[in-house]
Amino acid sequence: MELARHWRQRNARYRLEGSRHRSDGIIAFPPREGNEWEPYVLSGQGELLTYAVVHQAPTGHEGEVPYMVAIVQLVEGPRITAQLTDCDASEVNIGMALEMTTRLLGDTGADGLLLYGYKFRPVL
Amino acid sequence: MMRPVYIAGTGLTAVGELWERTALSLATEALRAVMTASPQQPIGALYVSNALGAALGQQSNLAPAIAAAVGLQGCETLTIDAGGAAGGLAIRQAMLAVASGAYDAVAVVGVEKVSDVLDEQREAALALTTDGDWEGLHGVTLTSQWAMLMRKYMHDYAVARADFAAFPVNAHANAVANRHALYRFAITPDKVKNAGMVADPLSLLDCATVADGAAAVIISAHPHASNGRTVRIAGSGVASDAIALHERADMLDLAAVRLATSRALHQANLTINDVHALDMTDPHAICAVLTLEALGYTPRGTATTLGASGAISANGTVPLALTGGCKARGDVVGALGVYQIVELTAQLRGTAANQVANATVALATCSAGLASTAVTHVLVAE
Amino acid sequence: MKPDRPVGIVGYGAYVPRYRIAAKDISQVWTSGHGGVPVESKSVPGPDEDVITMSLEAARNALKRAAIAPNDLSAVWIGSESHPYSVKPSGTVVAEALGATPFVSSADFEFACKAGTEAMTAGMGMVGSGMARYVLAIGADTAQGRPGDALEYTAAAGAAAMIIGPAAESLASIEATVSYVSDTPDFFRRADRPYPVHGNRFTGEPAYFNQVRNASQALMTQLGVTPSDVTYAVFHQPNARFPQVVAKQLGFRNEQIVPGLLANKIGNTYSAAAILGLCATLDVANPGDVILMTSYGSGSGADAYLIRVGEAVLERRNRAPLTEKYVTRETMIDYAVYAKWRNKLVMG
Repeated sequence: MELARHWRQRNARYRLEGSRHRSDGIIAFPPREGNEWEPYVLSGQGELLTYAVVHQAPTGHEGEVPYMVAIVQLVEGPRITAQLTDCDASEVNIGMALEMTTRLLGDTGADGLLLYGYKFRPVL
Repeated sequence: MMRPVYIAGTGLTAVGELWERTALSLATEALRAVMTASPQQPIGALYVSNALGAALGQQSNLAPAIAAAVGLQGCETLTIDAGGAAGGLAIRQAMLAVASGAYDAVAVVGVEKVSDVLDEQREAALALTTDGDWEGLHGVTLTSQWAMLMRKYMHDYAVARADFAAFPVNAHANAVANRHALYRFAITPDKVKNAGMVADPLSLLDCATVADGAAAVIISAHPHASNGRTVRIAGSGVASDAIALHERADMLDLAAVRLATSRALHQANLTINDVHALDMTDPHAICAVLTLEALGYTPRGTATTLGASGAISANGTVPLALTGGCKARGDVVGALGVYQIVELTAQLRGTAANQVANATVALATCSAGLASTAVTHVLVAE
Repeated sequence: MKPDRPVGIVGYGAYVPRYRIAAKDISQVWTSGHGGVPVESKSVPGPDEDVITMSLEAARNALKRAAIAPNDLSAVWIGSESHPYSVKPSGTVVAEALGATPFVSSADFEFACKAGTEAMTAGMGMVGSGMARYVLAIGADTAQGRPGDALEYTAAAGAAAMIIGPAAESLASIEATVSYVSDTPDFFRRADRPYPVHGNRFTGEPAYFNQVRNASQALMTQLGVTPSDVTYAVFHQPNARFPQVVAKQLGFRNEQIVPGLLANKIGNTYSAAAILGLCATLDVANPGDVILMTSYGSGSGADAYLIRVGEAVLERRNRAPLTEKYVTRETMIDYAVYAKWRNKLVMG
């Protein structure tokens, strides 16, 4: 059921907690390891770089089809892969402003853990 | 300096949904064909490329089973799991083993068995080459990632979906003559345009089918002439890139393909313009377009013109997918790199179905996922 | 009930999903369109939304308005009748996501539609006793109605969050509260059953009206307040009609309840309903206004609060999306999509 795997990433997934380099201030996501990095919560604001609509899903995502996956350019510098939500393909275009929202990503089975994490939607 | 390395024998099975066959059975068929056709010096090692055995076949470490099945029990074995780059990596390891003097002959088998499972399990297994925690978790598939790159490419360079159709059309046209191909029928640009969407903007006819098959090669320190030609591995290069697409500064630059190829060409003391026939990892037209740009054939944003002009056809200047490519020959994933060597060796020996006239230099490049690992080999006829 | 130290609302936040289904589309399926409908439309949670995700957005909005550090919260309490887990509080995920962990109290509350206000009352106690400086109380639900049942027209989804803190730091003070509870089984759900049962007309006078009137009247009497001293009244809204009837019974004019009456467009958001009405009212209220809010939870009981709006409301309410922004954000879906998303199709 991979409890620990999901648990150890909870801050990154729930609230986009990445890292900030102590000397040069560079922001990174996913979080980095090492003493030269400190935790940093990103704003969730970004811009759509590209996206695709998935019609043939991998195991665990069949019920979500069709869904959109996207690469988002976050304002702090990193890029991130995530699903888009609260919009359909006709409402979306490259370059549009997006914001992070925390949503249900799935579960690890009917008796399993509910997985929450970041998705992106058009700015409210 | 290492000694020269030659292709001593090749063999392959047809590509298809081979319901009656196991991975072991396919691998054995390909390897036995090679071993009986060309008497060799003793084979010192068997390297097997098999990307999805553990994920889909409840079987990892396939190499010892294949060794035992062909009477090589006891020899050195290695099973390589590296997505679509596995075949190329197995060829490379064999080349290094022979070039270094460790062995005089090494057998390589690439095998894939994907048809036993449901579609979604296959997609999930293919997606194992993405970044599991930061890409796979969100339900990305390799197809959807190529679709994202295609959409960005179309947006950045004002290229239309129709401009990509020449690639699957060319692949299918070439497969008609390939009796081992998965699909042996021609298609038209209209059919590509009207086919249903798999991951917008990729339609069904711009998406390869992953299928079963096995190919085998014997790599040797001694030249072996066939049809009057000897085929030598003149160059070999491998490179890696960030595994996650979003970690790459320029997502449309298949940097690993570019680096692996420049390493291989440098070793062969050749340039890309010396190449007469090539094969690549091309499950979608966008893969071929980005690969051609990474290889340096045309500047960024322009490679679709090679499709439009017919340059990619068998009698063109950049002949691609001569046996049907991933789209029509079939995408055999971890076995692809070995199929490529078998198919291009035939080109250099003058025995290929879609023969490029006077081909003496061939280039095979294969990659894992979205080219997180890329392997290139340059073959020359002597 | 009045705490020793004055308490108030330091921040508030709303969330309603964007999807709506028209009540007439539901009646088309079950009654071929015959008969009236109790609301015009109701909100439907998207397939990736639940009580945890909605609570989180409402809470983030409340924190923006309060402008306090998340780890200054001493409790994150969520009231709902549709918590995603029966065992594992919704509050742990929300607290973690907000950055309120680890020194925080968290538990799930349940009392049908007044679970959120139960959390508010508990928050008043924590803050009013000096045990805590700030408490986050949330009411949220993704309510389910049995297909074809009367409840299906109104069972909706939403979340509303209140950060309770010292009155001196608040945008509105809460002067006092009264809880009025009896064992009145008007609507309930057994532990292992998927859908609740509804007592039809028994849910009216003996249940909703009796508890809401008694809680409201007791509070107003204790404080020496009459309906004409109150600017706005917000009541639990299982449909568009009940709150209008009880308002009239208590002596309020219709204009007093209009800003807080959202049910016609978004349906009954259960544990969020009264608190969402309060959010919508705070969005338009002026400093000095007085608000009576009375929630109702089947089973049954009512929590009444008297709230006095302060100066800070004018600046703080613009720090986060107004309730109307969520209410008017509508994407209509049909019954087929609704049934698929609400897991009413037997998938085997």
